[in-house]
Amino acid sequence: MKLYQKTVFELSRLMSSREVSSVEVTQSFLDRIEEVEPFVRAFITHTPAMALETASLVDRKRSNGEKLQPLAGVPLAIKDNISTEGLRTTCASKILENYIPPYDATVVEIIKKTGMPLLGKTNMDEFAMGSSTENSAFFTTRNPWDLEKVPGGSSGGSAVAVSTGMAPLALGSDTGGSIRQPASFCGLYGLRPTYGRISRYGLIAFASSLDQIGPFAMNPADCAMLLGLLAGHDPRDSTSYPEKAPDYLSAMENRNDKLKIGILKHNSENGFDPEVKDAVNRMAGLLEKEGFTIDQVELPRTDYGLGAYYLIAPSEASSNLGRYDGVRYGYNGGGDNLENMFSRTRGAGFGPEVKRRIMIGTYALSAGYYDAYYLKAMKVRTLIRQDYKEAFKKFDLIIGPATPTPAFRIGEKADDPLEMYLSDVCNITDALAGVPSLSAPAGMHSNGTPLGLQLTAPPFCEGRLFNVANYIYRNRDPQLPERPAVRFPEGGAE
Amino acid sequence: MAIDFSKDVEHVAKLARLELTTEEKEKMAGQLSDILDTARRIQELNTDAVEPTSHVIEFPATMRDDLVGESLTLNRVLQNAPMREKDFFRVPGIAKNGNDEQ
Repeated sequence: MKLYQKTVFELSRLMSSREVSSVEVTQSFLDRIEEVEPFVRAFITHTPAMALETASLVDRKRSNGEKLQPLAGVPLAIKDNISTEGLRTTCASKILENYIPPYDATVVEIIKKTGMPLLGKTNMDEFAMGSSTENSAFFTTRNPWDLEKVPGGSSGGSAVAVSTGMAPLALGSDTGGSIRQPASFCGLYGLRPTYGRISRYGLIAFASSLDQIGPFAMNPADCAMLLGLLAGHDPRDSTSYPEKAPDYLSAMENRNDKLKIGILKHNSENGFDPEVKDAVNRMAGLLEKEGFTIDQVELPRTDYGLGAYYLIAPSEASSNLGRYDGVRYGYNGGGDNLENMFSRTRGAGFGPEVKRRIMIGTYALSAGYYDAYYLKAMKVRTLIRQDYKEAFKKFDLIIGPATPTPAFRIGEKADDPLEMYLSDVCNITDALAGVPSLSAPAGMHSNGTPLGLQLTAPPFCEGRLFNVANYIYRNRDPQLPERPAVRFPEGGAE
Repeated sequence: MAIDFSKDVEHVAKLARLELTTEEKEKMAGQLSDILDTARRIQELNTDAVEPTSHVIEFPATMRDDLVGESLTLNRVLQNAPMREKDFFRVPGIAKNGNDEQ
């Protein structure tokens, strides 16, 4: 078994016992990138020299006998909307194509301090708006299980990097499904933590009341390790939770409390692939066998989640993206007065989906429409939160499908924004409620691409998610491949 | 009942300081009508006496101590400026032939 195929837990053990060095580990991932990247294109920026430099520094510290964190020397990839000082951070947008952040995001600061080599910045839908990475201004990332299909989005590059073994861990961001949906499409674990659990400082804003940074990993333990490292209060983000993170690994291992799990009864299953429901039922059966109590749970008003989300998120986006005016940073479209410079800069700098969302948001916030759209949506958000609070009085955890269908074909939904939005329908309401939500692999569709189970817990109960997900992980079908065998097209990459 | 968005596109694009081509405007009018029709379904819910949720944080806002810290240097602040002049961001003229120093 090659190093890149090992779990983070194992790599950490091998490095701390000095059986392998961080340089060897990092090189294994860099070699894998060289092998696979031309076919899937997960990265916008590669940073091999930087990665090896960090790795050798960690190796030196270790040989000097310094006490290091368990994740020291473990490389990772970071979504390109998380600020990295001195390293281009584009949000996959033409408007930030040459933007060099003057500071690090708090998560990046922690990662650097820990000594985790950065392998590169990953591709995404422009400003995290999308569900397929097709909205990247630069190129589309491909699903490694089927190169003709999308990897999901918006954190598609991060999902692909981990599922193909180009990185053992990656960071994404999730506003309305952008971690969980690509995790489901690519067959790995993706966590949206509780709102406030990880600092958002340095995450380039899309919708501030919804945005969260979260980890991608190949198993619950690896995911728990990265969350444990990054969770905590940040004085620079007043919305970050003041309490210290618990020990997620021991919460994961806890086998004593058998929880009551609600299996989500969807009010409408229009457009749901029948195999998705089968997969969820199979997982429920597996958990029941493990001693969990399973019963149906309803969140009656979550049907209105999509509508509320597509008013709230664009409204916040239209305000946040007002900063791209061609003055302080980013692309400048020219013009002989301020007004036309702003309009030209933004007209030429933003792609179609970002423009649509700015338009919806501006409309929903404009005089005469504010009450009927934005204010109404915020009230609906309250009702949706109430549904979750009620459900969590009776259940410790909620499970349901992570996506209504497996990965779709590249181009299939590119011209139909509403269809594209519907691919996040399972993920949106957890985000509106602010609760932690994990996508876990749940077997394969008959077409050979992965299916996902979404697990939802009350706020700050991420440990519970890892605990239950670990039962699923330990009971995974040994006949099914954990990783895609990337089938290289004849004649090499395009 | 579909909303005709075509009249609004021009106005909203102006509010958003977003230059759109004729083709973009036409395409957007249709797409935004569809999206808003779906979003408008939330009107079915009775929200009388419901407080809006603008954020989900249930813990009290944490304040940090009001201390002087290090700031970015001017060069860092200006490093991404599309147009820079000395220690300033340069923009097109705002006042016409005024008595300002420019």
